[in-house]
This record gives sequence, structure tokens and C-alpha cells, in this order.
Amino acid sequence: MDVATQSKLQEVLAPFKGKKGVTIAVLQKVQAELGYLPREAIEEIGRTLKISPSEIYGVITFYAQFRTTPRGRHIVRVCRGTACHVRGGAAVLDQVKRELGIEENESTPDLEYTLETVACIGACALAPAMVIDEDTFGQMTPGKVTDLFESRRKGKGNEPA
Amino acid sequence: MSQHESSPKTNGGKRTVLVCQGTGCCSSKSPQITEALRKEIEAQGLSGNVEVKLTGCHGFCERGPIVIVEPEGIFYCGVKIKDASEIVQSHLRDHKPVERLFYKDPTTKQAVPRYADIKFYKEQQRLVLRNCGHINPENIDDYIAAGGYQGLAKALKEMTPDQVIEQVTISNLRGRGGAGFPTGKKWTEARRSKRTPKYVVCNADEGDPGAFMDRSTLEADPHTVMEGMIICGYAIGSSEGYIYVRAEYPLAVKRLRIAIKQAEERGFLGKNILGTGFNFTLEIREGAGAFVCGEGSALMYSIEGRRGMPRVKPPRSVESGLWGMPTVLNNVKSFAVIPLIILNGGKWFASIGSPNSPGTAVFALTGKIANSGLVEVPMGATLRHIIFDIGGGLQGGKEFKAVQTGGPSGGCLPASQLDLPVDFDSLGKAGAIMGSGGMVVMDKRTCMVDVARFFLSFTQDESCGKCNPCRIGTELLLRVLERITRGEGKPGDIELLEDWAQTIIKTSLCGLGRSAPNPVLSTIRYFRDEYEAHINEKRCPAGVCKALVTFGVDEEKCKGCGLCVKNCPVGAITLIEKKKPVKLDPEKCIKCGTCIENCRFDAIIVR
Repeated sequence: MDVATQSKLQEVLAPFKGKKGVTIAVLQKVQAELGYLPREAIEEIGRTLKISPSEIYGVITFYAQFRTTPRGRHIVRVCRGTACHVRGGAAVLDQVKRELGIEENESTPDLEYTLETVACIGACALAPAMVIDEDTFGQMTPGKVTDLFESRRKGKGNEPA
Repeated sequence: MSQHESSPKTNGGKRTVLVCQGTGCCSSKSPQITEALRKEIEAQGLSGNVEVKLTGCHGFCERGPIVIVEPEGIFYCGVKIKDASEIVQSHLRDHKPVERLFYKDPTTKQAVPRYADIKFYKEQQRLVLRNCGHINPENIDDYIAAGGYQGLAKALKEMTPDQVIEQVTISNLRGRGGAGFPTGKKWTEARRSKRTPKYVVCNADEGDPGAFMDRSTLEADPHTVMEGMIICGYAIGSSEGYIYVRAEYPLAVKRLRIAIKQAEERGFLGKNILGTGFNFTLEIREGAGAFVCGEGSALMYSIEGRRGMPRVKPPRSVESGLWGMPTVLNNVKSFAVIPLIILNGGKWFASIGSPNSPGTAVFALTGKIANSGLVEVPMGATLRHIIFDIGGGLQGGKEFKAVQTGGPSGGCLPASQLDLPVDFDSLGKAGAIMGSGGMVVMDKRTCMVDVARFFLSFTQDESCGKCNPCRIGTELLLRVLERITRGEGKPGDIELLEDWAQTIIKTSLCGLGRSAPNPVLSTIRYFRDEYEAHINEKRCPAGVCKALVTFGVDEEKCKGCGLCVKNCPVGAITLIEKKKPVKLDPEKCIKCGTCIENCRFDAIIVR
């Protein structure tokens, strides 16, 4: 970790010192800042919270949200919920895979995108749904997926034709 | 009492334009629509007479973005940014509502201008969702104007903790998280405990895929849940509460933070609440993506910052919960009705719904249904009423095949069960469960073996791994189901599934494992013929299981409209000549079914 990252980490950890039951909240904060949870950060968190790194690692691997490897600049999450499933969510996921050339939990070589699936984003009435970063897209079809990524590639943002 | 009585409709003579900003409508640009409406209202010089207000979810997300104009109650759906100027000029300025944005009834095809007349809303009785879509969730004054915090004031100033619990007990409110445990009993036991500190925890870890009512409630009316929790704190003698929310619900978390801050400023939270000497604080804890954390003991470990693995019970959480102390854990919807029970009395609540399951039930009606959205009805309403009268039947008038209730722990019910009254007990007997209230409607294009496989892949993935029956059992069930959907099923597989399912149910540690086989057992019980077709004939009747089907074009039915050609994601269909049947290349075809969804002539054949 470079000096800047180290000082940022200290800044994030400071308000949590001496508090009980904050491991998950700390990991969420650190991941939000650094993009993922590098080993050095885990060790530093352990020292701050007075918990062993192995215990923290146990928490990290238990929850779907945490990552120990770098992720892409944009996170694409395709919903695998029941409503999405019966309305063709699998075809939407397949199309995203084809568009990005990657499988679930992989990142594109240029680290532009990481593809994840999520059990349910609670946008069931808009099924099938997917999310890019903070933006939700509803009533998707394989065709709309292609349009969406084409529009993003052309620098037009999330404005599918 | 209906949703309309409690909502602040008249606004000091001003007209109000309510714009939904739930997750659904936000995804179709409702924040930008709000801005456009504001600008146009100003441009037309109407600012003095009209107020634009953001609201939470109306529960009719599929028709979003939704805009309502009060006091006339005109309901616009599918509103686009460019429609803003017409709504302002035609409706607000010239008093001519914009008819083309009215909701059209899927059955009668008639336009319905007022939301009170729309069947989807008319047939509902909204208690939990009473304020949703009618107040601004980011403004505590709106909640107070709708009668908010009066229940708390009554409890603190006019009732003893025992009297509060007495009313909750009389109401016979059963836990809305799905298991239906009597809330009054839980609170009584927590109050009796001499150990302190005690905790109040709200379970907003809505993990069931297909359910989103807790998310919508928190996004649209966070204060009602908080008010219920503060009343609970007073009743059991606790001064600390936690709301455990899924990480996937950022908007709900944001609105809760605003609501907590406002409630603290107004003295509904913190020290010496309403001058009565009662103290209570609330903290939000965000989950980190683990379905099993919806289970009580796992949820509490997660709040403590640990791996969320369930433990053996007893002791139950009212004896030993968060940090080993007495804890009341209730669902979002349970807390949301508490203020009403205090205000109107337990007897009032007990008179709604069915005798053993009083009150209302909230369902997330989704899947192949015409009106997708949130539905709140008295307990005991039939599936038919919910799906056909409120839900408007299936999309495109297709034939009903099954409804899946209760998420991964629930079951699939066929048409023969449509007259089943929906409450905790009846659903259980039919092989499904109430669960968190997900209700996914399926038509003939849904393969029931694939649905069972889908749920098992979910529970297998989400099993925490602590106990063998669940960790290994769900994996075994999944392998057999995958084999069957790949066309490699063997005679005896059905019996094997049933046998293993019983073992898993009997020996798993927590509710996740004990209910994981339900989707398998209920699909075998009601759709055994589909399993047999897969195993014996290597055929998928619904045309879903890719290994078992090939797609083709019915040349007699195909009109050559080219819709499938345009929508095929892999270019497997070509239009040789206009108005002549299209050609489908089986080599290129990925069997995604997009062409079937798009064909208006039923011309795609699946063999």
C-alpha cells in the first residue's frame, strides 16, 4: 500500500476505534474507498479493531459483497431473482456475458467492467432487471442489452436507442 | 380505514403533484420528471397554486413512472420527461387532464382516470402501505400530518408498557416475516426478562428473490417502521434498536438515515422522548449479501459483525439474542402496523382478515402477471382474487399455470388451488408457505422442473455450510435436478428427490435447510407429469430446458413481420422476403426464447 492509501485507510478507520460489532461496517467502508479489500488493509483493520486477520477473512468470505481482488471501474449486476428468472433473466445474463466477453465474477481485461449476479435487487415488477453501478434498468431483453452497451461504448451513456 | 383517509390530500388549497421516486420509478427517470414538472410549473406562473412532491413507491412499479395530481386523484402512468409540459399546461393550467397517460384496464381496455377507481388499488386494503405513495418519505411533517407519531404519543403518555403489550396481544398480530409467531407473546417474554440491556431489532433483510414490500415500505414510509420500533422499546423496556437492511437497498438506507435524523430533531428519538423520560436510539446496520442472515440468530451474529451462521435453538432470541441479551426481532411489516394497533386498539386489528391470521397480508405480485406490483389484502383473500381481480390475470391473457409463494422456502401451486384462502395456515397445508409474501405467477412457458432447479441452485449457494444436511443435501438435490433438465434423468430420480428432501427437512439446523426442499416437493406433488416427461421422454413440455428443445418456425402461421428477426440477439433468424416465413438457423440459435415472447402469431415451434 502506498502512503496515500495508507493515510486514507487510517482516516476511514478512525471513527470505528473502540466500537463493538462494527467489522462489517468497517469492511464496507474500506471496500467503498479502495474498491476491494487488499491483504494489507485486512491486517490494518485487524490491528485497529483488535481482531485477528483470520477472523476478518472469515467474515469477508462469508458475505457476497466483499472482494479481495480488484474490480472493474463499473460493476454490472444482473438480477437472478425469481421474477426475473420467469421473465427471461437467463437470456439477459447470457447476452451481457457475450457483450462483455466474460463470465460471472470476472472483469474485462481493461478493468472497465466487472460482471456479477445478485440474488434479487427487489425491482421484481421491472423484471428482468439489471444494474450498472447505481443505475437500475428494467424490462430488459437481449436486444436492449446490446443497445445499452453499444450506447455506452459510443460515449452516449445509458441511453439505449 | 383506507389509505385515502389517512393521506394529506388537501394542501392548504394548493394542488399537489405527487411523483413516485421509488427504486422502480427512479430507474425510469422520475427524478428528472420531477425537475421538468417544477420548471414548467414555474414557467407557467403556477408556483403559488401547485406543489410538486416526491413520494415513495405506489406499488405499481411496472406502470412507472407514476404521477398523481391531488386533490382530484388523477393517475398518470408511464410518464416520460417530455410529458411534463403537457401535464402542466393541459391539466394544471387548462384543467384538461391528459387522457393518453391514463391507466388502461388490461381486461376491459378502458381508460381509468382516478387511481381510486383502478381495480388494482380499489380491491386492496392498505394498512402497512397506507402512506406509501401519498407522503414525502424525506419530510417528517408529511408523516405527522398523516397521523404519524400519534400512536407513540398515546403509548408513552396514556398507556403503561403492559397495556401496550395487552393491545398487541389482543390484536393477535402474527409475525410478518413469514413464520407467523404471535408478536404479543414475543413482547411479553421479552418484557418479563430481568436481564438488561434489551434490544429491539427490525429485520429488513428481505432476501427472498421475488419480494420487495419491505424495501418499498422503507423507501416510502420509513417513519412508520421506526414508530413501531420505539413503541416496542417502550413496551419491553429497551432503549436501543437496530434496523438490519440489505446492502442491495441503497435508497431505503438513505431514506432511513434522513428519517432517523429528523425524528431525533423532533424529539421522537433520543433522550426524554416527548418529555416522558423514555430514551430510545436507533442504528442502521447494512447487511453484506447473505440470504441466511434473514434467519433470526444469523441476523444477530451479523449485526455483531460476525459470520451470519444460525445457531441451535433454544434459547430463543427473546432470552438470548443480540450480544446474548433479550431481544425482540420483528419484520418491517409487523412494526409498521404497531402504531395503528395502538391508535385503533387490538380488537380493531383482530376484526380484519381471518380469525387465526388477522390483519392484512402484503404480496409482491410478479412474474407473468398483467399488473405487477405490491398488493395488500385482508388475510384469507383467495389466490384467484389476488391474481385475477387485482392482478388483472396473466400478461397477454395467457393461461395460468402456477403461482409460487414464499420464495425459496415456499412452493408452487397449480390452478386447482386458486380458491385457496391465503393465510399462514392454509398455505402451509397446501405445501407452500406465506413466507415474506413473494408471489410469482407463471404461465405455460415456465418449466416446473427448471423452477425447482432454479430455487435449489439458490439455496445451495446460500447455505451457510454449518450443518451437513443442508450443505450436502441441497447440493445433492441440485445435481439430480440439473441432470433431469439436461435430459439425463433416470427412472427412480423422483423417488430419490423425495427421499432426500424428507431427510433434509427433518435434520437441518435452521429454517433455510428445513424449507429448502419445498420447491422440489411441491412441484413434484402438482406437476409430476412434467418431471416424467423430462425423465422418460427426454422432453421439456414448456420448451425451456435447452438440452431438450430445438426451435423452429411454423411456416403456415408466420406472417414474415420480422419482429423476431429484429429482436434475436444472435442473428439466428433471417427474413428472406417480406411477408414470407422467416428462416431460423438452429446452429446459431441459443434457445433464449426472445422470438417466442415477440411473436404475435404463435409461429415459433419448440420441439
